[in-house]
Amino acid sequence: MYTQALNIKDMAAAAEDSAFDARFQSRVDAEEKIEPNDWMPDAYRRTLVRQIAQHAHSEIVGMLPEGNWITRAPSLKRKAALLAKVQDEGGHGAYLYAAAETLGVSREDLVEQLLDGKQKYSSIFNYPTLSWADIGIIGWLVDGAAIMNQIPLCRCSYGPYARAMIRICKEESFHQRQGYEIMVTLCRDGTPEQKAMAQDALNRWWWPVLMMFGPSDKDSQHTDKSMRWKIKRFTNDDLRQKFIDATVPQGQYLGLTFPDPAMKHNDRTGHWEHGEIDWSEFKRVVAGDGPCNRQRMKQRRDANENGAWVREAALAFAQKRRARAEAAARIAAE
Amino acid sequence: MTETPLFRYTLRLADNALVLGHRLSEWVGRAPVLEEDLALGNLGLDLIGQARAFYVYAGEIEGRGRDEDALAYLRDAGEYCNVLLVEQPNGDFAATMMRQLFYSAFAHPFFEALQKSRDATLAAIAAKAVKEMAYHVRHSAEWVIRLGDGTDESHRRAQQAADDLWTYTGELFEADAVERALIEAGIAPDTAALRASFDNAINDVFDEATLQRPGSGFMQSGGRDGRHSEHLGFILTELQFLQRVYPGAKW
Ligand SMILES: [Fe+2]
Ligand SMILES: [Fe+2]
Repeated sequence: MYTQALNIKDMAAAAEDSAFDARFQSRVDAEEKIEPNDWMPDAYRRTLVRQIAQHAHSEIVGMLPEGNWITRAPSLKRKAALLAKVQDEGGHGAYLYAAAETLGVSREDLVEQLLDGKQKYSSIFNYPTLSWADIGIIGWLVDGAAIMNQIPLCRCSYGPYARAMIRICKEESFHQRQGYEIMVTLCRDGTPEQKAMAQDALNRWWWPVLMMFGPSDKDSQHTDKSMRWKIKRFTNDDLRQKFIDATVPQGQYLGLTFPDPAMKHNDRTGHWEHGEIDWSEFKRVVAGDGPCNRQRMKQRRDANENGAWVREAALAFAQKRRARAEAAARIAAE
Repeated sequence: MTETPLFRYTLRLADNALVLGHRLSEWVGRAPVLEEDLALGNLGLDLIGQARAFYVYAGEIEGRGRDEDALAYLRDAGEYCNVLLVEQPNGDFAATMMRQLFYSAFAHPFFEALQKSRDATLAAIAAKAVKEMAYHVRHSAEWVIRLGDGTDESHRRAQQAADDLWTYTGELFEADAVERALIEAGIAPDTAALRASFDNAINDVFDEATLQRPGSGFMQSGGRDGRHSEHLGFILTELQFLQRVYPGAKW
């Protein structure tokens, strides 16, 4: 970006950039990790900031739909597990903001962009959690889909992001197993009402979960470059297919029916085929008209505004303390 | 059926921990900074863990087959026997931290003493809890100091919280017949002997925080005998909803 202001040097800078660029790409091709102080193309940096920030925001906003049920969890064991899970998600947000900060942005700035609606978070968190079974479904499917997306990111070319993802993926797979275990309890050992609760939850969440992998490859804008930079390693459709293939047998074990009459196993390819995804719904939710977009953002904004006096107090206290320490040091020196 | 003092006593410890843990869990997603979302969750998890251990033991003492969930989810407010302090609403961040300081400045020396109980199970639960409560004291004290000695607004809020909550601190040190029987048996610590430790901790924090320690005043009590504030009913309504709507279901 800095070259834009210096018109005369444009040509030289462009030539220099392209030399750097070639070297950068060869390092990426050799599976070397790019570290914060290494040279990187501006567009690479921007892509990473956007993606890591969006990922961090998703962890933070993702605390809300499940957080809803902490006070209503049906047993003490479930209550403790859910509270710990939601906390893990907050922890993921913290690592990811820290990873983004290695690229020269600040957490405060990113949070502000989220609250101003300039940065996105995963569309899935704009759906409501209406019953306890939704907590099982989120662990099983939402964390499950997140893992499919994130395991390849453990090999992402950008070192700090890759390392954050390794830690996060371990916890996500624990969440996924825990969620599935809730579903087993409801579906295999549960009462007819509990089974109905589980089926209703699957009916509401299945299609939005498939949308988590993003637009179909033919409509995806970012894929090509991200693949070349090894930020992304599989296409949206590939990951979606992998997820469906892994998930359908799990749903069958639970005795649940997927809300997709077109779903069928293709014996020739070995894949489960699915019906058409309603991309108009996806676009609508991403654009801000999902069932809970306004509610989720209002809760984040309220927390931020209600906490402003606390953050100011912490800052004022730290300044006072520093001033006192300096004064004491001066007196001691005299 | 008459309950034994040991059952009643263990249940009080469990109810204190659960109700306060539940209150802290209400903060998730609402804290002033992300680090505090994580910290409040940790404090809540410690307390819920303590509650579970005490409920399991209370169920064993009672010997009627009630497990931790039967005790937590199927008793009405009048049967809950937590102190009034822990059921007070979260209020603002200052009120939550002040409530935590008052509770943990009591609970830390309390569990220290309970570690020496003649009852091996209570002693073992206390040995774990004492480490947790030491952290609760540290964390809440740091915040009370920051808020007290921060801005005018944070000072005013912290002082307000102290003034509002002080009236619930007396109950922490009350000993009734249930407790006296267990003190004599070497099972329960004598809470009167913990008063000095509590006072010192509070005085130190308040001095550093430039806050006024509230005068003695009237002390509210009754929670340990099932006479609660209006707030507990709402906590239980939320906490118990699924168990009440689907009786007998396993989750
Ligand atoms: Fe996460
Ligand atoms: Fe997760």
